[in-house]
Amino acid sequence: MNFLDILGGALGEMLSPTTAAYALAALGLAVHFGYSGLLNFGQAGFMAVGAYAFAVSTLQWHVPFIVGLLIAVVCAVIFAFILGIPTLRLRADYLAIVTIAAAEILRYIVTTNKLTPLTGSANGLAAFEGGFFDLNPFPPGTYPLGMSNRDFFVRVVGWVVVALACLVVWLLMRSPWGRVLKGIREDENAVRSLGKNVYAYKMQALVIGGVLGALAGMVFTLPRGAVQPANYGTELTFFLYTCLLLGGMATILGPVIGAMIFWAVLSLTQGILYGLIESGTVTFINTVQAGQLRYILVGVALMLLMIFRPQGVLGNKKELAFA
Amino acid sequence: MVAALFAVTVSMLLAAPAAEAAPTPSPAPTGSQQNYPNSISGLLRNNGVPLKGVKITAKGNGFEGSATSAANGSWSIGVPTQGTYTVELDTGTLPQGVKLAEGEKNPREVSFSNTSNVSTLFVFGQGIVVQKVDIFSQVPERLVAGLSFGLLLALAAVGLSLIFGTTGLTNFAHGEMVTLGAVLVFGLSAAGLPFWICIILALIGGGLWGYLQDAALWRPLRQRGTGLVPMMIVSIGLALAVRYIILYNFGGATQQLPYSQSPQVNFGSFAVSQNTLVSLAVSLVVLLGVAFLLLRTRVGKATRAVADNPALAAASGIDVDNVIRIVWTVGGVLAALGGILWAYYRPGVTFDMGQQILLLIFAGVTLGGLGTVFGALVGSLIVGVLVELSTLWLDADLKYVGALAIMIIVLLFRPQGILGRRERVG
Repeated sequence: MNFLDILGGALGEMLSPTTAAYALAALGLAVHFGYSGLLNFGQAGFMAVGAYAFAVSTLQWHVPFIVGLLIAVVCAVIFAFILGIPTLRLRADYLAIVTIAAAEILRYIVTTNKLTPLTGSANGLAAFEGGFFDLNPFPPGTYPLGMSNRDFFVRVVGWVVVALACLVVWLLMRSPWGRVLKGIREDENAVRSLGKNVYAYKMQALVIGGVLGALAGMVFTLPRGAVQPANYGTELTFFLYTCLLLGGMATILGPVIGAMIFWAVLSLTQGILYGLIESGTVTFINTVQAGQLRYILVGVALMLLMIFRPQGVLGNKKELAFA
Repeated sequence: MVAALFAVTVSMLLAAPAAEAAPTPSPAPTGSQQNYPNSISGLLRNNGVPLKGVKITAKGNGFEGSATSAANGSWSIGVPTQGTYTVELDTGTLPQGVKLAEGEKNPREVSFSNTSNVSTLFVFGQGIVVQKVDIFSQVPERLVAGLSFGLLLALAAVGLSLIFGTTGLTNFAHGEMVTLGAVLVFGLSAAGLPFWICIILALIGGGLWGYLQDAALWRPLRQRGTGLVPMMIVSIGLALAVRYIILYNFGGATQQLPYSQSPQVNFGSFAVSQNTLVSLAVSLVVLLGVAFLLLRTRVGKATRAVADNPALAAASGIDVDNVIRIVWTVGGVLAALGGILWAYYRPGVTFDMGQQILLLIFAGVTLGGLGTVFGALVGSLIVGVLVELSTLWLDADLKYVGALAIMIIVLLFRPQGILGRRERVG
């Protein structure tokens, strides 16, 4: 077992496009849950909307990358409206149940065999990323950490998008608009009594966080060059919540750091467990069970975080979406 | 879904050892089929008689494998990767006088959908037409199946609704309470215990789990004054942890409970499997019992009082904590029973079977009105019947969509649910 390799793997994992996608989607959740108090359990649905809207429009109508991107964003906005109109006037737990149900409906629809020509059913879609990689300005060669120019491009784009999104959310949240949102989180009725249209503010927050989710879906799917419905189940949303709560829910950098810690810890535990099993130190579990063990850890970590440190690594205990 | 997500995540993280372990495809791996992680399998029976020695081949993804059916008619072909395969039954190897039923596709396409095993069924016999579209026999069949399904959902939903009513917690770990019942029955019967003892022990186990959960986790959290939203997220963490603990011990395969194959009972124009009817009767009796307890006994009245207004109930001398403890225990028993029935209804036991119906349980509870017990019953029945009837015009893989969509639409017009009281919920 080589600790340097395991450590290197964990460091590489922190910068991977998947981590960037998790960070972006968790940032969207921070806008929903951390800043506005909206309990969105359908972030995986928003990611699926982004990924599928982009993939389908690219494969069906052969639109250029930018147009595909715009279609993905527009679809996410529409999805946010569909979710928001019936539920934003209701209590938080209704929004939770409706968003999780809507995300699952979406997943069932893209999985159904009847739509195979359009969505590829359970096998999903592939080979739609060409337009994106045609934009690659980096010449072929070897880049830091042994990356190819493709890997390097994906990482640069992914993290630039994360940085831009952080900047936008930061600017939004220190604006008067952001203060109203935080006010809604703390006491909806107080804000309503000041003459603000709470419903409209919540809807705007839902749309912005959803668009971040859709972008995350694209960052998630582009390096793979494939989109499959099984990746967008409810567990993805729960992992995103773990990232968000790990970092701190009402912070800008919290979701990003949370996603990095999440993947680094998953990678470290996997590396160490596999190393122990291969070297014969641990014989009572096999590698499959070691993989499962890590998800037991995720669940326990989510519970413990929520109970003992709900503000996360970066958060301020005074600023919580709930008392 | 979970297995696939897990597989994807693992392969994303580091080099996937499972993929490396898979041997390179060889042209005809008759001897070493079990070494592959995925398999295509089925059971060949003609009129109840197993067919032995029938050759079946699977082709696809650069792989070709074949198998011959065993004495009990079962066959299994191990394949290296998930994907779409062409499966062909060699009709030349069928016994004399046995023919595939009319309309049976041979060869046919078989694809994996998030499981490591797919089964495909070849139907034999002359005069049997596959998939008869006879609406007059379909509707009553679906209706009975839907009622049975709705009642088993109601078993879990009543517990969920009682817990919500008394504590305000939206319990995302309820699906795992459902799974636990079925997994316990499977584990105990695999250990050789008689069937009825297994059922009783599994129900006790379910109740114990509910009790322990409340005593060790939820009661301390309530006493700390933890908010409802954090508790909901804690329940999500608990659900994840328990689901993977079950997977860790139980494995990812689908297992069958004893007596999972039952004869069809004929009702003239339509037929329903005996298990469906037994399940219907059992859940009906249990639900009537719960209704009686709630309406006629002291504990039941106390429970309804706590669900209505905990502070007022406490002020009038009801031991609220005791009521909540009973609710968790009874909810655990009901969920375990629902899980056992669900295992017969699907049929099969898997580690994520509870999670699969968790949203339908929520849909039932929300449709009926959050926190109302009889609303949960009515809502679950509607969801169950709707799910089954929707297969008449929707594809089977979309059957849960209708119920979830109806829930969202009902929330638009009647957010308090069918039996819920009109109150501000926003």
